[in-house]
Amino acid sequence: MFWRETFIVFRRQLRLALRNPAWVIIGLIQPILYLVLFGPLLEPIAGQLGAQNAYTLFVPGLLVQLGLFGALFAGFGLIAEWRAGVIEAERVTPASRTALLLGRILRDVLQLVVQGAVLIGLAFFFGLTGSIAGMFLGLLLTVLLGAACAAASNALALTTKSEDVMAPLINSVALPVLLLSGILLPMTIGPQWLQIVSDFIPTKYIVNAIRELFTGDFFTITVFWGVLWTLVLFAAGLWVGTRTFRKENA
Amino acid sequence: MIHARGLARTFAGRGKGAEKVEVKAVAGVDIDVDEGEIVGFLGPNGAGKTTTLRMLTTLLTPTAGTATVAGYDVVTESQKVRRSIGYVSQSGSTSPEARAGEEIVDHGMLYGISKAQATARGRELFEQLDLDGLWTREPKAMSGGQRRRLDIAMGLVHDPTLVFLDEPTTGLDPQARANLWTHISDLRSRRGATIFLTTHYLDEADALCDRILVIDHGTIVASDTPDALKRQVSGDLVELVLADASRSGEAATVLSRVADDDLTVSGATVSARVRGAGHEVAGLIRSLDAAGIALESLEVRRPTLDDVFLTLTGRSLREDA
Repeated sequence: MFWRETFIVFRRQLRLALRNPAWVIIGLIQPILYLVLFGPLLEPIAGQLGAQNAYTLFVPGLLVQLGLFGALFAGFGLIAEWRAGVIEAERVTPASRTALLLGRILRDVLQLVVQGAVLIGLAFFFGLTGSIAGMFLGLLLTVLLGAACAAASNALALTTKSEDVMAPLINSVALPVLLLSGILLPMTIGPQWLQIVSDFIPTKYIVNAIRELFTGDFFTITVFWGVLWTLVLFAAGLWVGTRTFRKENA
Repeated sequence: MIHARGLARTFAGRGKGAEKVEVKAVAGVDIDVDEGEIVGFLGPNGAGKTTTLRMLTTLLTPTAGTATVAGYDVVTESQKVRRSIGYVSQSGSTSPEARAGEEIVDHGMLYGISKAQATARGRELFEQLDLDGLWTREPKAMSGGQRRRLDIAMGLVHDPTLVFLDEPTTGLDPQARANLWTHISDLRSRRGATIFLTTHYLDEADALCDRILVIDHGTIVASDTPDALKRQVSGDLVELVLADASRSGEAATVLSRVADDDLTVSGATVSARVRGAGHEVAGLIRSLDAAGIALESLEVRRPTLDDVFLTLTGRSLREDA
């Protein structure tokens, strides 16, 4: 029953997304623009940054950026649905409240998988080399992070019910997290104070772990921390999300 | 079908500054609705109508009291309640960009019925609700009346025996409203459904309901048939407009002989409540004629539910609506 309900919600969401693919396309073009317009700038300085290949450094960063930004904005669609009465109509059915959330997150996850795969595939043309298995694992970590962010974003949307409250809130969190995660440039080239601040940002460990996975180093302490943080964030995101969806009057 | 006792809901709100206050949205209501009844829930905005409805439909947990809906407890057996009822909320139920048919099939499937069954049922409802040919139409391209009927179809896809309608005709033009009323009465005559609807339109409650519950400030202040409620108002309103305003004093004296209440004089207009005005009005005209008071016009108005509300609460429904 639960999976059937989840699938009904997922299929509906996917259908709506594909019928109006503007957001899917924008989400896809953004990382490609980074790859095309920023990637070449990194190539000559990759060696100085401690990487043999500029793209094993850069693509993991872009993946995490996708997972963070793409998914954090997923909740905006939910506000529109809430306003149209869809959420309440679904909540008055006997369907599981968790299924209503999970079906939506799965759509975001699918979108993320496609975007990530396109990004990695395209990066090969620019000269990405590395461990294919590592890339798959990196994509997996990205997807788990994205699911957590999508769940949190949906929970936030259902709590605030206002784009005007949500947009500045997400931006004010996402931008510093993005910068301090070392997505464009590794934090190691920064001054001491910046590195210390970035130590408090969980996604920095995830970016670093995916970078090592891309180069084929699987069993390192960096990968361990990255995987651990991904799992912690994943569990926390889903917990907050389901709790909010189960709450009455949400 | 519905039995509620002392059903109440308080919200944690904020007073001036940071002090916390409890807002009593519904202060303990008793509701009984029998099978096959159409019951209207009447009250101004903010009286607690929607909050009560959300408690009865399991969307909101009561802070006190109990309620059984379709035989099940709304708190401990909420799943069973949800299976048995249809709810048409005032905010709609479909995405503007989705296709009507797909929305109704998905909605039916969330109730656990098969895709084939949901499709057949949806098609049948589209036909009954005059939505033929709109199966693939997007709700954003529908008229307000069509969208409301689609919402009703959504609420009926699983064949509920009890249907809740929250302000079903708000925002519709008069023609679409009258059309929707026909469809709502059809729900009972065709399907034997019990209907509980909220409204702040008096004519709507009057046209549709067997019985009306009047709610104000979170408590039910009256429960009766529309006619019985209107009988509580002392009589029909008789309004005389005189040809000559200077005779209004004399006219008032004549009218007062048959009047029960509310004798008022304002310029050339003299009015009063008269019990059984249809019977009294012939004699009234004769008396006025005998006194040589010429009339510009005479109007007899049956009491409206607005008058009922005014009598019960001391204020007009329209002030808040």
